[in-house]
Amino acid sequence: MAGAGGGGCPAGNDFQWCFSQVKGAVDEDVAEADIISTVEFNYSGDLLATGDKGGRVVIFQREQENKIRPHSRGEYNVYSTFQSHEPEFDYLKSLEIEEKINKIRWLPQQNAAHFLLSTNDKTIKLWKISERDKRAEGYNLKDEDGRLRDPFRITALRVPILKPMDLMVEASPRRIFANAHTYHINSISVNSDHETYLSADDLRINLWHLEITDRSFNIVDIKPANMEELTEVITAAEFHPHQCNVLVYSSSKGTVRLCDMRSSALCDRHSKFFEEPEDPSSRSFFSEIISSISDVKFSHSGRYMMTRDYLSVKVWDLNMESRPVETHQVHEYLRSKLCSLYENDCIFDKFECCWNGSDSAVMTGSYNNFFRMFDRSTRRDVTLEASRESSKPRASLKPRKVCAGGKRKKDEISVDSLDFNKKILHTAWHPVDNVIAVAATNNLYIFQDKAN
Amino acid sequence: MSQKLEEENPAEETGEEKQDTQEKEGILPERAEEAKLKAKYPSLGQKPGGSDFLMKRLQKGQKYFDSGDYNMAKAKMKNKQLPSAGPDKNLVTGDHIPTPQDLPQRKSSLVTSKLAGGQVE
Repeated sequence: MAGAGGGGCPAGNDFQWCFSQVKGAVDEDVAEADIISTVEFNYSGDLLATGDKGGRVVIFQREQENKIRPHSRGEYNVYSTFQSHEPEFDYLKSLEIEEKINKIRWLPQQNAAHFLLSTNDKTIKLWKISERDKRAEGYNLKDEDGRLRDPFRITALRVPILKPMDLMVEASPRRIFANAHTYHINSISVNSDHETYLSADDLRINLWHLEITDRSFNIVDIKPANMEELTEVITAAEFHPHQCNVLVYSSSKGTVRLCDMRSSALCDRHSKFFEEPEDPSSRSFFSEIISSISDVKFSHSGRYMMTRDYLSVKVWDLNMESRPVETHQVHEYLRSKLCSLYENDCIFDKFECCWNGSDSAVMTGSYNNFFRMFDRSTRRDVTLEASRESSKPRASLKPRKVCAGGKRKKDEISVDSLDFNKKILHTAWHPVDNVIAVAATNNLYIFQDKAN
Repeated sequence: MSQKLEEENPAEETGEEKQDTQEKEGILPERAEEAKLKAKYPSLGQKPGGSDFLMKRLQKGQKYFDSGDYNMAKAKMKNKQLPSAGPDKNLVTGDHIPTPQDLPQRKSSLVTSKLAGGQVE
């Protein structure tokens, strides 16, 4: 195996990221429906789910170690695919409801079947994905092809036997949680009690029980009595990974509120309020827009949380509300491009962020199909690119560098050459191993650490 | 001199700008961008990124169709063709009554996702 060519400095822990797989079509013309809108590993990391703008879900499964094909170990192949949501029209409100899957969240596995929640702007669905590898044969009342037999012709009884069949993976909707949101759902989060989950829209957060679809409890409501007074909306929400009574929600004003459901039924009054003080002299027209938090994620430990705003990723200690403990610049060079980014609406792009399994590193996407990784202990960071050019099997990814101004070195790319249509909004990190999934428009890239 | 400066940075003078420390360098690009934007769109609201764009966000997906207008127009023009929207079907303005032919078809994707294409990478 070739030594670590490519140079550059890997993001701490000596990660050496290599290309593993890419899924999706190569066409230049990307159909709107094929744009990936969410990516999520399940709790074991054996399953990887993607949702797209066309309302479809595709689930990949990691291959087990295979003696016949040794390097297919760890590869993700299609396990199941289904149409989760369809476009709808609310005639009463003259509202078009997109089928785009906003979020997918897996439930912890409790039996042989897998369950996930998928949501569009208005409706959440619980899907059961189960395997069938046996079929019963020898029924009494029907033929092998399913036709009913004439009961008077049956002269003997037999016991049906189970025969093996080709593996079939079936997805069926088990629950449909509808009509609880006036505004657009941006987040869903499964509680650590494995019985309830929350769904959040721009102004409200509802609590559901997984078994009950005809009612939900409203736990946060920030709708002002007079809509003219609206100043902020909810942008993301998540339950604490261990404390079933704690949830956080972020706002378009760059703040995060932590709520404790034990304190009252309606958690309009927060228990903790996280906001970084702003220097008033630096305020501009763009300040509020770029401070809007697009994603909030608890660390696996539950001690920290991470927020993503337009230009940075911040790590907060839940015990300290006054300011984040870490701030990582994602693409500070865009600060001098805010005018054009406002004009082309890119300033409103919602980037997600994620932790690695041990909470030692965080990752988020950027433009030009670049994504960034920050190692929290070594303070090193790296910019990598998801592109077909660096898609040779097990090829190491070469670190990228953007030149903000002045003399551009060889191999650097200037800010003005960045492709703002190639945005990486959704990334996911395997819960245990160093395997990452990066969604680049209509393609899904999977990268692995060489050490894996 | 003051006229020009007003656009860029009302509170500071050129001299100070040049002597600004590393810290303040972060502010200037943003303010310069703000000035650029205000120059292009002078009517842009005083309130920075305020409720206007929030309201727009809340109303995403709103499409209006008045069945009363539609049926009246249909009755009036029994024999004539209803005016169609032209190239931009999504824009319905003024006297034009949207007809079922104009509304973009909302069909569900019957096509399997290309991610499930089946090639082994």
